[in-house]
Order: sequence, then structure tokens, then C-alpha cells
Amino acid sequence: MPEMKQTHGKAQCFYDTYERKGELTHQTHYCPGCGHGISMKLLAEAIDELGIRDRVILVSPVGCSVFLYYYFDVGNVQVAHGRAPAVATGLKRARPDSIVISYQGDGDLAAIGSSEILHAANRGELITCLFANNAIYGMTGGQMAPTTLLGRKTTTTPFGRDKIKDGYPLHVSEVLSSLEAPVFVERVALGSTKQILAAKRAIRKAVETQVKGLGFSLVEILSPCPTIWKQDPVEAQKFVRETMAEVYPVSNKCDRTATAEPHPAPAPAPDLDELPRILKLPAAAPAGTAPRALREDLDCRIKIAGFGGQGVLLLGQLLAEAGMDDGLEVSWLPSYGPEMRSGTSNCHVRLASKPVDSPLVTKSSVLIALNEPSLDKFLEEVEPGGLVLYNGDEIPEDARRQDVTMRALPFFEIADEVGTAKAGNIVVLGALLEALPLLPAEIVDRAMARVVKGEKWLEIDRKAMERGRQAMNAVVSAVVSAVVSAVVSKEAHCHA
Amino acid sequence: MPVTAMREDRGFIEINAQECKGCGLCVEACVQKVLHLSPHLNHYGYHPAEYDGRGCNGCGVCFYACPEPGAIRVFKAVA
Ligand SMILES: Cc1ncc(C[n+]2csc(CCOP(=O)(O)OP(=O)(O)O)c2C)c(N)n1
Ligand code: SF4
Ligand code: SF4
Ligand code: SF4
Repeated sequence: MPEMKQTHGKAQCFYDTYERKGELTHQTHYCPGCGHGISMKLLAEAIDELGIRDRVILVSPVGCSVFLYYYFDVGNVQVAHGRAPAVATGLKRARPDSIVISYQGDGDLAAIGSSEILHAANRGELITCLFANNAIYGMTGGQMAPTTLLGRKTTTTPFGRDKIKDGYPLHVSEVLSSLEAPVFVERVALGSTKQILAAKRAIRKAVETQVKGLGFSLVEILSPCPTIWKQDPVEAQKFVRETMAEVYPVSNKCDRTATAEPHPAPAPAPDLDELPRILKLPAAAPAGTAPRALREDLDCRIKIAGFGGQGVLLLGQLLAEAGMDDGLEVSWLPSYGPEMRSGTSNCHVRLASKPVDSPLVTKSSVLIALNEPSLDKFLEEVEPGGLVLYNGDEIPEDARRQDVTMRALPFFEIADEVGTAKAGNIVVLGALLEALPLLPAEIVDRAMARVVKGEKWLEIDRKAMERGRQAMNAVVSAVVSAVVSAVVSKEAHCHA
Repeated sequence: MPVTAMREDRGFIEINAQECKGCGLCVEACVQKVLHLSPHLNHYGYHPAEYDGRGCNGCGVCFYACPEPGAIRVFKAVA
């Protein structure tokens, strides 16, 4: 009686049981005979054999193989449809010592994710991609994939895939191997024992290519999907072997492992602290001096509108730059659109103490209307309690609201007095900051010195700023308390 | 852990009936033709694969045919 020893069994990098719903903790979620299960086992063996389990980060796709993280006891990330190579790129660059392996179906990789895989391969990212090609969208019930064979009926090609209407089956491995960067690209199949054992070797070699630091590797795996193909598992395996492999030749497409030099990972991005120096920005500004209520709960949404040439965009940019220097969360969204053609221009600015969710300002706490059409257009969206600054001698009678604070000043005339009407936007800035001390004067001045080009202009703008402050001061001294509530976040109201 | 099996055989396999989905790929792949699907249903309603009980040579082919990570364990005679 010979002595027996276990030679094959569950790979070590699989969990003992899977944290799946209910009692299904010792089966995968795949249909009987699904190729994903086999590919997964081959990958698991490669990881075990290479002894890299502690370094592996597996990137799961959207598709039937979405749940890899239930099975593999390695680092796991599951990503949006088609984006696996992009996320894998980031993971590998951030953690060069890890072994990053992405796994994708053909809908995921070759349709919605076609650009991600193409560019990752073309950049020669140090990642390994497993590409399960079952020539169909499995998870969503059988729509045509770019890899679907000609003539195949799917839910979206009920009369069969037509080359004129639907194009030809996409040969991903051939396309990628035509690039210069990839080091190892091979197509394998799961149609027979022989093919499966060849697939095992290719997957191991692809992972090894990364372990050795040689470059990008990909294995395309022709994989059965008995359920959607409406075949039993044995027939589906035969279809892979005899029909799919006919269209998609099973062979190595590119192997530069013998000549490729281990190439170092790209230099990491510079430290955040380094950025001001690299971008030649002035050192971080001192903490802001705005009133406490404004600093802690600030959520100021500013809309600035006028006609082209009034400096609408620059005014917004200055506010955002100064806000940033002051340590606030900011956004600046210049609006370009068909309306630009008629000569009007507007921008959206947000200054907030919490991260800005959207740069779009649809309900403004402050409206700066530099001409009458802008006032007419945007007055309605100002929140009750908000502030409106209007460029003119008085607010037009048909554009008055009782529930907001409205101030009219001839900003551009005032600017004319300091030398040029062009500085009207800076007069507005001075007036705004006088009415509403959103930002400390010295910080605004510093931002202005950076954004405004030329000493001469800076001098004019400083004067314009001062005149704006004075002009506003003369009109109103206590706008602040009236409008503070409009620029404080709603959340803060609730807490108060 | 070394295990002892029937005299003439060079190997044997164990199938975890609760992990098996009865796809039949191992039955198809086995060169020795020593596997079959059970007439009985497992807990999940599949007819699990079963080893005939003799004739296995421990080649491991059924293991690679099987999509489930741990449904099949293959044992082979040492030396
Ligand atoms: C952005 C987005 N678009 C569409 C979907 C719907 N969706 C889920 S899986 C899938 C296709 C999966 O097919 P494939 O990549 O071939 O994987 P398989 O299921 O066949 O393994 C689609 C379109 C989605 N989840 N997200
Ligand atoms: S639908 Fe197809 S690809 Fe998805 S699990 Fe089932 S057999 Fe596998
Ligand atoms: S190990 Fe080989 S001979 Fe034994 S059951 Fe599996 S396939 Fe058949
Ligand atoms: S291949 Fe695996 S899942 Fe399929 S019948 Fe055999 S043991 Fe069961």
C-alpha cells in the first residue's frame, strides 16, 4: 500500500470561508462551470508559488468577478467599471513594493475601460492585468461585448453580431502587443486541460514579470460563460477550445522578459510641502483674521456677472486665491457658454470652511451684478438675507427685493477717478470686503500682488481697492451683521 | 498528512460535496474516467461529483478543471 500525500488543494491565499451572504460561505458566487473560478485558482497558485501574498493588491472590476475580495486573502480594492488599470497604476506608484494585479472582464476592459488599459499598457505600468474574455457581458445578462464573435446572438444583437453595424471582434492582446512598452502579453484559454495548464504558466510568468520589475504584463484568458451562452459547462468548454480559439488565436503575443531591464518606478510625486517652492508661490499666509463666526462656519457662495471686459473673471479669481491663502476651501468656476457670445460673462466663487461639494453656485449668498441684465438674470437666485452689489447710481426700481441687502455704487466711475475704469472690478472687491469682512486685507493684498501682473497695475489696483472700501463705508457701515447669516453654512444654523 | 489508500492505486481524490456545484468538468477531464456525478443532491441542490473509489492515478487534472477553489483535493503516492 503506497503512502499518499496531498498534491493539489485549495491555495493558501484563499480564505478558509468567504464572508458572503447567509450560509454561502464555502462556495464561490460563480455559476457552475464558470471560467472566472478557474482563472482565480490559477492566479492564487501563482501568488502562493511566488511567495508574494503579503505584497499583493488585487484590483477587482465591475462584472461577474467583482467579488474577488471575498476569496483572496490579500490587499483588495474594488473599482468602478473599466477603471482597474488606472487605479492599479495609482496603487503601484504609491506603493512600489506591492504587487498590483488587476482582473477584468471583457465588457469592463475592452468596452468602457478601453482607454484605461490602452494607456496603462502604453505607459508600461509595472502592473499585471488578467483579462477574462468570455465574449459577452455576463453580469448584466448577455449584452454584446466588443469581443463578441460575429454572428453571435446577444440581447443587444438579437439577429447576430453584424460586422457592418457592430464592428469586428476586438483583438485586445494583438492591439496591446503592438505597443512598445508591454513586456509580456499572452492569450490563453480554458478550453481543455492542456490549455488550462498553459494558462497557469502564462499567469505565473505575467506576475513574475512584475515581481522582477520588468514592466507591464497582461494575460487574456478565453473563458467560458455557460449561463449566458446557454450551454452546459462541458459544451461551453468545447466552444472555447474550438470556436473562440479560432477567432482569437491562443499564443504568446509579446515576450520581452529576456531583454527587458528592471526599470525603476517613476519618481514619486513631490511632497505637498514642496509645492509652493516648485510653483514659486509665497509662503503660506498667516491664519485668517475674519470674525470667528465667519471662519468656522463659512459657506459663502458668490456669483459675479457683467459684460466681457469688466474683469468679472479676475475678480472671482482674486477672491478664490486670497481665500486659498487664508486657508479656506475655495472654488472658482468661470462660466463659458453660448451666452459668452453676446458679451456677458459670469463666474461662481465659493469660500467655505468645509470642503466644497460643487463649484456651481445656483443659490448665491452674494451677487455682484455689474450691469442691469445681470441683475435681472440672477437677482432671483439670491438667498433671503443675502447681499447684492450693483454697479450703478441706484438699484433699478423693477429689480428690488426687500429680503436681501442691496447696495448700488458706480464702481467703474470711482475707478476712473484713480486713473482707469479698468480697475472697476477691484473697486468692487474693496467694497465687498468692506461690507463683508470675508478675508483679511493683507492676505487679499498679497494675492493681488501675485495675480496682477506689473507694478504699475498693482499700484492702481491698490488705490482702487482703498476707494472701494471708502465708498462702501460711506454708504453703509453695518451691512455685515445683516448678511452674515447668509454666508454661514446651513448646517451651522441647525447646530446653533 | 500522509494517508493510505487502496492497494494498486497511485492516487485518490477527495471531493467536498458542499463546495461542488456539479458542473461535471472534472468528470469530463479525468483521464482515468474514475469520476461521476452523484444521483443525490447536495445541500445547495447540485449533483456533486464523486470518485468511483478506485483507479485514480493522482494526476491532478480534475483539480485544474474545477472552478471551485477547494472542492477537490488530490493525493498521490510518494515516490
Ligand atoms: C458605469 C457603469 N456602467 C454600467 C454598469 C453595468 N454593468 C455591470 S457589469 C457590466 C458588464 C460586465 O461584463 P464583463 O466585463 O464582460 O464581465 P462578466 O460579467 O462577463 O464577467 C455592466 C455593463 C456599471 N455597473 N457601471
Ligand atoms: S454569468 Fe457567466 S461569467 Fe457570470 S458567473 Fe455565470 S458563468 Fe460566470
Ligand atoms: S487525479 Fe487524475 S485520475 Fe484522479 S480523479 Fe483526478 S483526474 Fe482522475
Ligand atoms: S469540477 Fe468541481 S464543481 Fe464541477 S463537478 Fe467537479 S468538483 Fe464539482
